[in-house]
Amino acid sequence: MNTVEDGTQGDVLAGEEVAHGATPSTHARLTAYVRRGGVIVPILTAIIAFVVGGLVVLVTGHNPFSTYRAIFNGTGLNWLFPWVGGAARKTAAFDLQQTLIATTPLILVGLAVAFAFRAGLFNIGGQGQYTVGGIVAVWIGSSFAGMPAVPHIALAVVGAGAAGAAWAGIAGALKATVGANEVISTIMLNWIAIWGGVYLFGLGGPLQDPHQPSVPVSSTVKASAKLPVFWGNAQLQGLHIGLFIALAGVVLFWILLNRTRLGYEVRAVGLNPDAASYAGISPARNYFRVMAICGMFAGVAAAMDILGWKFNLFTNDIQASQVGFLGIAVALLGRNTAVGTIAAALLFGALQTGTSDRFLDPSVFDPNLASNLTLMIQGLIVLLVSTDVIALRVLRSGRGVAVALGRRGKRQEPRA
Amino acid sequence: MSVGTLTATPSRLAAPRQLGIAGLVLAIVAWVITLPPALVRSPAPSIVVAVVAIAAGSAALAGRQRRLGYGAIALALLAVAGAVADTRAGVGHLKVVFTWSVLVAAMLRYATPLLFAALGGIISERSGVINIGLEGMMLIGAFFGIWGADVLHSWVLGCLVAIASGGLLALVHAIFSIHLRADQVVSGTAVNFLALGITGYFFIAHYGPNGTPSRVSQVPNVKLPLIQHVGFFGGAIGNTNLLTWIALLLVPGLSLFLFRTRWGLRLRAVGEKPRAADTVGLPVLRTRYVAVVASGMLAALGGAYLSVAFVGSFNQDMTEGRGFIALAAVIFGKWRPAGALAATLLFGFSSALADRLPTFSQTAATLFQALPYLLTLIAVAGIIGRSRAPASVGIPYVKE
Repeated sequence: MNTVEDGTQGDVLAGEEVAHGATPSTHARLTAYVRRGGVIVPILTAIIAFVVGGLVVLVTGHNPFSTYRAIFNGTGLNWLFPWVGGAARKTAAFDLQQTLIATTPLILVGLAVAFAFRAGLFNIGGQGQYTVGGIVAVWIGSSFAGMPAVPHIALAVVGAGAAGAAWAGIAGALKATVGANEVISTIMLNWIAIWGGVYLFGLGGPLQDPHQPSVPVSSTVKASAKLPVFWGNAQLQGLHIGLFIALAGVVLFWILLNRTRLGYEVRAVGLNPDAASYAGISPARNYFRVMAICGMFAGVAAAMDILGWKFNLFTNDIQASQVGFLGIAVALLGRNTAVGTIAAALLFGALQTGTSDRFLDPSVFDPNLASNLTLMIQGLIVLLVSTDVIALRVLRSGRGVAVALGRRGKRQEPRA
Repeated sequence: MSVGTLTATPSRLAAPRQLGIAGLVLAIVAWVITLPPALVRSPAPSIVVAVVAIAAGSAALAGRQRRLGYGAIALALLAVAGAVADTRAGVGHLKVVFTWSVLVAAMLRYATPLLFAALGGIISERSGVINIGLEGMMLIGAFFGIWGADVLHSWVLGCLVAIASGGLLALVHAIFSIHLRADQVVSGTAVNFLALGITGYFFIAHYGPNGTPSRVSQVPNVKLPLIQHVGFFGGAIGNTNLLTWIALLLVPGLSLFLFRTRWGLRLRAVGEKPRAADTVGLPVLRTRYVAVVASGMLAALGGAYLSVAFVGSFNQDMTEGRGFIALAAVIFGKWRPAGALAATLLFGFSSALADRLPTFSQTAATLFQALPYLLTLIAVAGIIGRSRAPASVGIPYVKE
């Protein structure tokens, strides 16, 4: 879908500036987008989405300001304010731990989508790769009793990453060999993974927990495979070290993309597959490698959730999870960059925690409503990020005002 | 090519195409004879029939009918496996699961929402706009359909409200992907998120924890007076929902429209070669707008079928990926209404079977749910014939 079909392939590199019917690849458009708006456009995009969300709150008879304040307090980000003290600070610390726990997998699935974008591929299959990774993580984590902690954790994380890589690799291989559109194949792989997980852990399934035969759930992860908690109480779901693994993933993403031959080839294929293959870079080989790396990120994301705080996998959790889909929103808002992904993941992680029924004060706003408000805001953000035009227009009119003010200022200067 | 030389001139003796089709039919027969009503209790006859089917498939292969040939051979092998499983199963179980009239009725029930959405998807994609947002459009139709039926006390108005809501959501997708030239997959993803949020929010805000009221005006079933009590047909189609009939009638309607009318030709031209269409004066952007909005309306009607006709209530995320199955049906059916019908019937049958299989085994039933996705993955992989999308699907059009 990203290739140009009607004979004007030479113009692809020109990016947004192409004036003919041909359209640049997704990557070309996204780079143009990054070049023009800088960091302001994504921030503006998020703000617009929050304003629209606030309007919905207002229309349905609630106070948007107190709602957003309650959501903010639920995220624990007020911990960062030095004036929050005493009991409030303790609560905030706990809430912030939860926000960061939610942020951890989002960073990694964001990278899973962003890496594909940089190669001109659309990995809509983060959810399936995440699911497969989770299945393998919980399987390894709940087996091998008596294994020392470090190799057990390493085995589970590597296994989950490999499973995600293999799952995404199917889509990459299909794209490379028969040219199957990766959007379609990854969507199909998502649902195959989800139903596969429901089969494995469902009642009578091969990996269902034998200790509770009437519950559709996996076996519980052994203590040796649980990620250590470094902030907060391990019994009360403190912050596990997965956050550092996710940040290491970000570093890996940046190095892979910017400092390796692989990254160079990936970016070249993303910019223009034809030019890349003319230069001796095989797009087919890179499609496979890119998808496998994406799947690896998503698989590790699931391992962080399973080994960090979930410890088992319910079938209805497999079906309801949106983490992998959120990766698309994270990658787009973060503009497929390493640092942007962290910021966007933190935003969505905070939203998720702040609107969950555990942390949002129900006397201010019904958490059931709020979690749907989150979905709406996420949708709006993806929608607005899908085209830079709106945010840019707002920005430009803002700049126009600023320029006009500036001129007036300058004119006034000589008088003064 | 040894088989080819055996049959001398396959094109004259028996056309390879016919041989392939015969192989497919024989493979199905090999399986069906072990089911009620025939209930052959030994796999031997099935194996004999399957071998003949494989021979026919090989002959078709030799005659360069790769798709049919491999299809017949694969199906014959599956049929043998199925026949062996059937003959080992209890007769009582088989009779419970394979009550054909009930299975067909259930297949139609499951296929209806998929068919509406798939037909919508075909219109949109034929005009050159990918519609990943079918899922969201179905969901919004499901909620606003039942909301309309509840508030306005009429299923007709409920369906109209659903259609309007789906059209509006599709308009958002259209504006972003056509006018603002956003990436169509991203925009469609956004539509899915939005629909999930909007329906969930208003569902909670309006109905609260009690959910939709139990007595909502529902789309009636059509009771066919002549065949309602006539054995198989009575059970299968004698008491089918009105929307199912509408969906089935839409198939030839859309087929005629796409391939036999001027407007259909224009729609396809816009999706294949927008530059050429523009050159001869066709309004490319306007055509795409109309197509996308129409697809949203159809998908929403499919969603409304779920809430207003099938279940009679709404719950959050009730479409559960049916929009993606519909998308799969579009591709599996090669962007043709008849193909989409075949695909949705197949997917519907697999759901119907999954529904009844728990008497056998819960786990097998679950795996049947994955079948549509697996088949579509195989289809896009080109193993059973390559699906070719409209040439310009996914590419925004810029007027010169």
